Amino acid sequence: MTRLSSNWLAVYAIIYMIFLYAPVVLLPLFAFNDATIIALPLSGFTTAWFEQLWGNQTLRTAAINSLIVAISSAVIATLLGAFAARAAARYSFPGKTGIIGLIMLPLVLPEIIVAVALLVALSQLGLSLALWTVVVGHVLICTPFAVAILSSAFRGLDRELEEASFDLGESRWGTFRRVTFPLVLPGVISSLLICFTISLDEFIIAFFLTGTDVTLPVYIWSQLRFPARLPSVMALGTILLVLSILFLVLGEWMRRRAARRQGQDAAAGGAMTGVA
Amino acid sequence: MNETNGSAPMIELEKTVKRFGTFTALHGIDATVQEGEFFSLLGPSGCGKTTLLRLIAGFENPTSGSIRIAGHDMRGIPANKRPTNMVFQSYAIFPHLNVAQNVGYGLKRRHLSRREMAREVGEALEMVDMAGYERRAAHELSGGQRQRVALARALVMRPKVVLLDEPLSALDKKLREQMQRELRDLQRSIGITFVLVTHDQEEALIMSDRIAVMFEGRIAQMATPEELYRRPASRRVASFIGVMNFLPARATGETQTGLVVQIESLGEVVLPSHTIPAGLRVDDIREVGIRPEMLTVIFDDAPGPRHSFEGQVSGNSYYGDMTYYDVVLPGSERTVTISMRNTANRAVVRPGNPVRVGWSAESILLFRQED
Repeated sequence: MTRLSSNWLAVYAIIYMIFLYAPVVLLPLFAFNDATIIALPLSGFTTAWFEQLWGNQTLRTAAINSLIVAISSAVIATLLGAFAARAAARYSFPGKTGIIGLIMLPLVLPEIIVAVALLVALSQLGLSLALWTVVVGHVLICTPFAVAILSSAFRGLDRELEEASFDLGESRWGTFRRVTFPLVLPGVISSLLICFTISLDEFIIAFFLTGTDVTLPVYIWSQLRFPARLPSVMALGTILLVLSILFLVLGEWMRRRAARRQGQDAAAGGAMTGVA
Repeated sequence: MNETNGSAPMIELEKTVKRFGTFTALHGIDATVQEGEFFSLLGPSGCGKTTLLRLIAGFENPTSGSIRIAGHDMRGIPANKRPTNMVFQSYAIFPHLNVAQNVGYGLKRRHLSRREMAREVGEALEMVDMAGYERRAAHELSGGQRQRVALARALVMRPKVVLLDEPLSALDKKLREQMQRELRDLQRSIGITFVLVTHDQEEALIMSDRIAVMFEGRIAQMATPEELYRRPASRRVASFIGVMNFLPARATGETQTGLVVQIESLGEVVLPSHTIPAGLRVDDIREVGIRPEMLTVIFDDAPGPRHSFEGQVSGNSYYGDMTYYDVVLPGSERTVTISMRNTANRAVVRPGNPVRVGWSAESILLFRQED
């Protein structure tokens, strides 16, 4: 009986994996396929689509826009997240649960609602759309992730460590520099990487809040209307996919390293489990 | 015991009050710790002993009253400017630094040369028996080793006072007992003032020159371990330190040699004048106390102590070197605990058997009713 059910479980797991990853695998497959039409069978290997990307001026501008937005959002969200996480881990104040709840809320809010609400608010204020308005939107959705990641970093930071440093003659700033910062640094890097990734491939908010300067996902969407450009979109998607996976793995690795440094069980209270 | 005689006061607490919001953690503490003394703050959790230690360290500020260390008022002086160093309950070993970096952490601001630094760190590690562990990472250390590193890290600063916040509570029994002796011997040999916070009365008795017993933010008694055990100031102190048998009693009269006291089940006894605490009103006496080891099971018919009673053993606990008996008093439901050292020719008395128990008037302590 046990054997049978575990066999079925294995089959279920494999089907589930195929369902999750097969479409994603198609992306690089067609990116290297030597044909303009996205269809099987594959006709041959080429890197032409990647070369075409390189020569595309609009795409390069979009990529640079995306980098600006993603880096700004990651830095601002991580900074805000650090303040919130520190406060949540160290101090108790009235309405703490409610305030932390409100900070985490954008995680579950439909992005389109956030996007439309921000658009309405911005136009009511008479502000014109630009890259910075996209940054505002991305900071809003990235901050909860930053708070979740940094909370685990700050919670693992024993208060007595900072007191010990102070007791040994170190100043407040020196204590931050020599004890607090080194211990939460992996968490900070993890937060930066994950926020960067989220912002880089975010579409809905970027679509609503961007002016004339498009980001990469918005550019990709605009290219879908031209069947001839589909293979190079596939190539671009492949690059984004590899970068995203790389950054997420790197981010989680940094977080676990931080937990290990602080002597915690690395698997417990993970950033992603904390969020889910 | 009198090593502190003639030395200067190191820590002077005067009417030190600490409030957290509406909660008063410390109600006006007056105490003086002498230079070179091993001083313990003993009490149950929540009695304010850790708060008092944190006030001395400078992590908290007193609501009112004053704290002087080595003659200097500590008002407005933060922890990093005080001549005190702390050994934390969690040891607070910096996890990202190795042993040498941990011990040298506080020296870094003193701008020593690399050689001087290494020598200081080496000497401190030698003191705590951890020489050669310089390059060990924090997570490779056992609980006892962490404790030693934390101590070395405090000692290397050459503080006037070392503060210890329940430093042994995380260790297992054997290691704890070993560390108690080592810590005391180390303190005696270097002569630095130690202030220890503990809830373990045995630990306080073993290690301290003097102990302040605290309940609910007040010092109930401050005395040497021997005085504390032999002459507890109140019923509460008596029951917190060791085991004490309490029996209802009344003073019935006075003679030239002492006080006549009627003790339930034990009868009338004359207590010598010198055993009666000063300031105790005779009419207030409600109870007497007697320690388990002051009661003796009489195993042969040899002339024993002046006083004795016949009781019945209702239970015993065998500890190897000692046996603790519960003995029901004559004409009463009440039991007393008796401790007897086991000897080669002495059998353990089984429950149900009668025993004769001897005691002396000198070992009787008087208590008044407390609320």
